[in-house]
Parts: sequence; C-alpha cells; structure tokens
Amino acid sequence: MDLTPHLPALQVIVPMLSAPLVLLLRPRGLAWAGAAAVAVLSFCIAASLAFAVARGEHFGYDMGGWRAPYGIELSVDAFSALMLLIVTGAGAVSLLAGRPSVDLQIEQERQPLFYAAFLLTLAGLVGITVSADAFNIFVFMEISSLASYVIIAGGPDRRALPAVFKYLIMGTIGATFYLIGVGLVYMMTGTLNLADLEARIGGVTDINPILMAAGFITVGLALKAAVFPLHVWLPNAYAHAPHMVTVFLAACATKVAIYVLIRFDFFVFQANLPGHQLQFSLFLLPLALMGILVASAVAMFEGHLKRLLAVSSVAQIGYIMLGASFVSQAGLVAAFAHMFNHALAKGGLFLAVACLACHYRDLRLDQLAGAARTMPLTAAAFVVCGFSLIGIPGTAGFISKWLLIGAALERDSSAFVLVAIILASSLMALVYIWRVVETLYFRPAVVEAEGPGEAPLQLLLVTWAVALANIGFGLFPRFPLALSSAAAELLLGHTR
Amino acid sequence: MKLLELLGYFNYWVFAIVLSVGLYTVIAKVNLVKKLIGLSIFQSAVFLMYITMDKVEGGTAPIIQKGLENQVFSNPLPQVLILTAIVVGVSTLALGLAIVVRINECYGTIEEDEILDAD
Repeated sequence: MDLTPHLPALQVIVPMLSAPLVLLLRPRGLAWAGAAAVAVLSFCIAASLAFAVARGEHFGYDMGGWRAPYGIELSVDAFSALMLLIVTGAGAVSLLAGRPSVDLQIEQERQPLFYAAFLLTLAGLVGITVSADAFNIFVFMEISSLASYVIIAGGPDRRALPAVFKYLIMGTIGATFYLIGVGLVYMMTGTLNLADLEARIGGVTDINPILMAAGFITVGLALKAAVFPLHVWLPNAYAHAPHMVTVFLAACATKVAIYVLIRFDFFVFQANLPGHQLQFSLFLLPLALMGILVASAVAMFEGHLKRLLAVSSVAQIGYIMLGASFVSQAGLVAAFAHMFNHALAKGGLFLAVACLACHYRDLRLDQLAGAARTMPLTAAAFVVCGFSLIGIPGTAGFISKWLLIGAALERDSSAFVLVAIILASSLMALVYIWRVVETLYFRPAVVEAEGPGEAPLQLLLVTWAVALANIGFGLFPRFPLALSSAAAELLLGHTR
Repeated sequence: MKLLELLGYFNYWVFAIVLSVGLYTVIAKVNLVKKLIGLSIFQSAVFLMYITMDKVEGGTAPIIQKGLENQVFSNPLPQVLILTAIVVGVSTLALGLAIVVRINECYGTIEEDEILDAD
C-alpha cells in the first residue's frame, strides 16, 4: 500500500493520536522515548512531503472522502511544506535533546502528562499548517494554544503562571478576533474553504463586512504572532517556561501565526479587494520597523538571558513581517528564508541556554559570568548560533538578512532608510549577543557551577548539531531557498 | 425608515455591545477571575453572531421528515461551528481557572497588582 497520498493526514494524526498513548507510558523514560519517536516520525513525514513538493508536486487531501468545498480539505504546497519542516524539526530537536533538561525541571510522575501536552501542541501547530479550511485552522490554533499554555506553566518557575495567564487572555482574544473575521467572511460567501473563498469573494456586492473581516483577522493573528505592539505576552511566557518548551515554541509557534496571516491575506483578500495590497503593506511596514528597532534596543539592556533572547524574537518577527510587507518576490523569499533561519538560530541559542541551565540555576547575566570556562563547548555553540542571529557571513542568518536588504533596495521609495534600519538593528543584535559572550568568556566567575564539566552529552550533541546546521545552511542554502521562492511565487500568483 | 433599518440589525448591535463589555472587563479588572468572566462574555458575543447569521426567516430545524416537503431550513453549519467554538471556550475557561488556582497556591492572591509586586 502506498502511503504517499495520505501523508498530509498522517502528519496531523500521528502526533495527535500518540498523545493519549504517551500518557499511558508510566515507567521511567518510556514517555520521553515515545514522544521523541513520534516527533522524529513527524519530521520524517514532513521531510518526505517537502522533498515531493520541491519536485513540483502538490498534495490535496479530502478529509473523510468529502469533496473539497463541502468537506474539510488538507493541502500541502511549498509554503506549508517549509512551515512543516520548521515545526516538526523544532519538535523533534527539542524532544531529542530534552530529556536531561526535562528531568531536572519536571517531576517524574508528571512527565507523561507533559510529553502528551507537548505532542498535542505539535499536532495543533502542524494541523494549522496543513489545513485549507478557515474554521479548521481556528480549531487547530486553539488545540495548539491550550496545550502550549499547559507546557509553559508546567515548569518549576512560579513566574510562569502569571505569564501564561496573560498569554491565555491575549491568545484567546486573538483567536476570537480571528473567529469573528471568519464568521463575517462566511456570512458573505457561504464557504470556509480558502480556495473557494478566494473564488467567491469577488462576487460579493457589499464589501464592508469583508473589510471588517480583514481587519479582525489581521489583528487577531498579529496578536498570536506577537507582531510589535501586540507582543507583550511573549517575553515573560518564553522566559519562564521550561527550557525545552522555550526551544520548541520560540522556534516555531509565532511563525505559524505569521504563516496563517500571510496565507489568508494573500490567498483570500489581496486577490479580491482593490487597494488591499497597499493597505497590507502600509499597515505592517511601520509596525515591523518599530518592532525591529524597539525590541532590539530593549534586548540590549535586558539582564536575564532567556528574556533577552525572547525580546530579540520580537525583533526577528519584525524582519519577517518587513519582508512580507514588501509584497514582492524578493521580499517574500527573504521573509520565508528568515522564518527558517531564525528558527535554526533561536532554537540553537535556547538549546545552549538549556545546557547552561543544567549547571546554573539563575539565568541572569551577572550570575553566568565566566561560564565558558566550565562549559566551553556550550558557550562555543552559543557563539555560533549568536553569529547566525546577528547575520555574520557564513551562517544561515546572513543569507536571509542579505536577501532582505536586496529586497529593500528594490523598492523605489525609502530604500536606503530601510537598509539603514536593518543594518542598525543588526548592530544592536551584535551588541546584545556580544554582551552575553563577554559575560560568558571574559568576566570572573561570580557563582560556582553546580556540577562539574559540560551539560549532559545528549543535550550537548543536539545543540551542536543545530549549531552546525546554522553553518551548513549558511554555506549551502539551496534547499530552503528553493522552497521559499516556490512559496513566494505561489502567493504572488494568487494576488494577480 | 432609518430607525427600522437600525432595529433590523438588533442582534448585531447586541453582539457589538456584549463584545465590548467583555473586552472592557478583561482589560479593566485586576482580579484574575473577573478577567476570565470578561473573557467568557467576550466569547459569548461571537456565539450570538454566528447563531444570528444562520437564521433564515421562517426557517425551522434542519431535519428532513416524511410527509413534510418544501420546508424552509435554517443553515445548520454555523450552529455546528459555534458548538465547536463553545467547547473551545469552555476548555479555555477551565484551563484559565486551573491556572488561577495554581497562582493562588503560589502567590496567595489573585489580584494582578499584588502578583506583580510579589516578584
């Protein structure tokens, strides 16, 4: 039996149905093994989908055999294949590396529950990515959000609780806004399938509800994606979550919301609303620029290592939105490449933080002074991923920043202002990453490490694998770039 | 005529008002449980919007029965959708309350300002 046509459905079903099974794996370590195996399997499914899509295939899947506009459709094209790689890759990496860190932070008897919620988050994020149905996206969004609230609050840090409460409130408001938008669109068109919506919105006579829907959907998803003024939930939620959860969510959670935002806007609205392209661009461009500048500046003065990296994520989301707001081939390629590369860089950085956290309980910068002398390999991995975040040539981060600058130069107006802002924020990234590097390497130790030597081998190996991937995709970026440019062509093809 | 037109959108006015009341409560209250109450009100407003739009004038429940042909039915799809959304809302509320209980265990208070002072 050939499973290939069923891969889009399996991609969601495998992690979702394994979650309750993992719950039953009570003996020590089994829950981890089960969850990690499932995550790796999901990654293999995503990889085979991505290779097939890169060859030019397109997957459509009618759930339950109901034909597309009536039933729920799953679809995998170049854009969703890229996203699936990021999401399942982040899931697989954080679970493979995660056992020592999770053992430290979460009691043995609660671990099966934790891993089950982790897999549900993965299933939800993957589900958002493959759905071609507006309401189905909402349902998966809530599955992933509810499960991620649980895993964020699952750690020993009590400050995670108020942080997750804030995230729950803002996340629910965002999702409800999205629901209102979908309702308005459904009211005017009578369909929920994205492709069908695209075809039918053109025939709507009264355009006002559609405009309202575009506003609600954009703001709701921007809340979920932590686009600049709506990002206040993010720093604390990421900073106080268990370290492995931060690795996973920082690498992919907000990007999935950006994915839906871009997909919905390009597929449904830009094709049909006159002048919407310009509105989209003019709305997001200033927010992206302010996010880049303000968040980078805040990160320069942040004293807690995890918060620093979390705030820097807000700036990186700004880069992605900036590329998308150009609404050009070059801009979109830069945005998608940056999604991939930022996931690699930030995932690697948070993995290095998890390594540090094995021996240093307090992750404030002044407490970490001199850590490179006890944990040289961890610190070196941090430096490599940090370079990638800054965009030093030879690392993955350089590729996407280079593309973004190229895309900015293509614009007629204000090209040099944009380039200046991108360069300035890269310098700020250099400052905040260097502050950490300086503390780790050149300051005399304040606190003794709690254990001798490096982090556990399992954690360290995966951290270095990701660090090397940062260099690898910096030198040979062909595959992610091929997917990105195919995705950009696809989206722009829909706007014409 | 103008007034009748406004009254014709009665349900949508209620939707907008309830939505705003809920959102205001979420933003303005410091007590975490009250915030969750506001969130629930906010979500209920959306349920009303979906239920309103599926109503067809003179329509009845969409069940096909023998001997009753040419019936006008209300659209069942938004009802199904909102049933899902209600379930999501209930689970969000349950999880939110569970977090509030844990906050109360760890901090001894559920007032947002006092929690901020504690850390």
